[in-house]
Amino acid sequence: MRETNMKKILISLLFLLFGTSAYADCNIKSGSINILANDFPALRTFVETAKGCKGSADFKVTHSSEHNKIAVPALTANPSEFSARIAANSSIVPLMNQDLIRPLDDLVKKYGKGIQDSQLITIDGKIMAVAFMANTQHLYYREDVLKELGIAVPKTYEEVVAASEKIRASGKMQYPYAAAYKAGWNLAEEFVNMYIGHGGEFFKAGTAQPSINNAKGVATLNMLKKLAGLSNPDYLTHDSEAIKVEWESGNVALMTLWASRSGTLLDDDGDAKITAATKLTGPATVAGGNIPAATLWWDGFTLAKNRSDADAEATFRALAHAAANKKMVADAADQAVWLIEGFKPGPKSIGVIEAVKMKAKPYPMLPQMGLMHGALGSEIVEFLQGKESAEQALKDVEAAYMSKAKEQGFL
Amino acid sequence: MPNKTFFWFFLPTGLAMILFIGLPIISTGIQSFYAQHDQVVKEVKKCDPFGCTVSIVVDQEKTSKIREEKPLGKFNGFGTYVDRNHLAIEEIGKFWNETNTFGEFVDQVTNLPFYKALIFTLTYCLFVTPNVLLLGFIIALSLNAVTRRIRGPLIFGTILPMIVTPLVGSLVLFWMIDAEGIIGANLQMLMDDPYLSLKSSKTLTWITIIIYGIWHHSPFAFVVFYAALQTVPQEPVEAAIIDGASRWQRVRHIVLPHIYPVVTFVALISLMDNFRVFEPIIGFSAEGSAQSLSWLIYDNLVNEEVILFGSAAATSMMTIVGIAILLAPVLIRTWKEFRTAR
Repeated sequence: MRETNMKKILISLLFLLFGTSAYADCNIKSGSINILANDFPALRTFVETAKGCKGSADFKVTHSSEHNKIAVPALTANPSEFSARIAANSSIVPLMNQDLIRPLDDLVKKYGKGIQDSQLITIDGKIMAVAFMANTQHLYYREDVLKELGIAVPKTYEEVVAASEKIRASGKMQYPYAAAYKAGWNLAEEFVNMYIGHGGEFFKAGTAQPSINNAKGVATLNMLKKLAGLSNPDYLTHDSEAIKVEWESGNVALMTLWASRSGTLLDDDGDAKITAATKLTGPATVAGGNIPAATLWWDGFTLAKNRSDADAEATFRALAHAAANKKMVADAADQAVWLIEGFKPGPKSIGVIEAVKMKAKPYPMLPQMGLMHGALGSEIVEFLQGKESAEQALKDVEAAYMSKAKEQGFL
Repeated sequence: MPNKTFFWFFLPTGLAMILFIGLPIISTGIQSFYAQHDQVVKEVKKCDPFGCTVSIVVDQEKTSKIREEKPLGKFNGFGTYVDRNHLAIEEIGKFWNETNTFGEFVDQVTNLPFYKALIFTLTYCLFVTPNVLLLGFIIALSLNAVTRRIRGPLIFGTILPMIVTPLVGSLVLFWMIDAEGIIGANLQMLMDDPYLSLKSSKTLTWITIIIYGIWHHSPFAFVVFYAALQTVPQEPVEAAIIDGASRWQRVRHIVLPHIYPVVTFVALISLMDNFRVFEPIIGFSAEGSAQSLSWLIYDNLVNEEVILFGSAAATSMMTIVGIAILLAPVLIRTWKEFRTAR
């Protein structure tokens, strides 16, 4: 008696668990799939869609905001812990440097039906990744605040500064501007954006020699400092999540933030008044330049080299199913700017679409860029704190970068 | 204990120590002398959804050949140790020649990452260790004096900071000192300065981390001192009372000499712990204002997309040397006492 009851419960449980995801079986018979990905809503949707197609393959996923720290060690192991890594322009570079991912040409030919050519990331003629969404940092503004004070939506960072000063002078907000200035990766990313907006180059053409200690670099730092002065004084500890919270508490009227975060800003959580007044616009330009002070990013999947061909095949089929899935794109049109066929951009994609229209540059995919990014993240802090000059800070960045690049064999 | 018994008694611990501590240190030491091979790069065409560009990549064919021949990398000797991100010998020489005043020279040197981290680490040790000893001792004395009935709960409450995971403890304080947090906002009101931020000022961040360190480490000193206080013989104390010695005189001339070896022990352990200060920097997101040697190692290993094994290994070795130098006076003294005791 008891046993049959138990069986019934088990069967209905199994139904609950698997019944819902059985709709799209891609007929994968074997293999094991294990995915490493960053953690934001669009990527969760993407991986869930891939899971719906896993068939009888083993399926595991790790969503972590610490994905960058795990990726290289985990993929270096043989066999590698993960069969796939969802990467972006910057994070594919260390994988390429260490030769940890495999070319996808054969798999794309065999199973890549529906993937558009524009989604393919090719390096030296070989397909190394399949992109499925685009991302950038752009401006968010509070329509109500700007309207009340008669401020036009800013198009340049100079206008952002003027608008923020006006809001502060009105007494409405003390710290009207916010951006992820947390010392380290985030702060360096802001420098990269602003420097590119000034038309700067990070390296002397064709070499790994740094070249940021110039007038454009100084102008970049000065602009960052002006913006920092209009932000919450704790800005050096604020990452994207922290400024999102600041925004939702109504402390901020202008903000530079990732497009991929717009979903969580505009959802039903939090103060409805603030959500209703939250508007998106393209990234700002700076210093009279015509390209935006922002970088374009793609997110795409790569397959580990140190993993059996059978696993790679199973993983590719599941992920390719998601990377060419019109239903997912239609259902989750709000979550990201999908690069997949059938995507109809909604109001939340304005930032990225504007950035592409304004010819924003992609984040530089250079082997030594990670070292430069790391050096920037720690060496420009003292300038922002007012402890050293812009020239000294840039000199420090170059020196710190050179030592690291020498150790890594780039110089 | 006869030497033979001691040997067998110690053997399992000794083996574990060699396996889990000795060998990794040797391996780290070897790694610190190597750098990556020269990268062979080539120009290729790269295409992504935003267009095509000609740019460089690492030439895997050639690189893997070099790597197979010499998997450890390129022998670099003390190259990593003396480069700009570590001891910066060359840079310091240059500063010495170029700067006019000594103050300017010190400014330049303390701007280098290794010295910046060393100064914070030493400052932290210098302020936290004595305060931990003092506070731990005072708490132990006072708790020893209260009635036995409430001593249990009091002891538990006192060691709470040690039980709380360092990261959680520092996060709690981090939120409290936020410009919007209970301490941060009240300080702004008190000082009448809306721009006052404990997190953006370097000095205030240092003070916060040091206070947190004292709060976190005192219970350890307290527990050890409290245990030692239980062994203080009562006869001399009573005799002193009869002789009219004040409370302070009793502590100074009877209690302190008795528990002196324990004080040395706590000082040693505290110094070692404090020299490796790390969690509060992460917990307080204080990377901008305060870097320690341990944080430098962490930074080299995870903060870059490229892992700098050589740099991390060199800093690790120098941390070990640093601890050895710090502990040397105490160790020499203990050794001398041990010799005279024999």
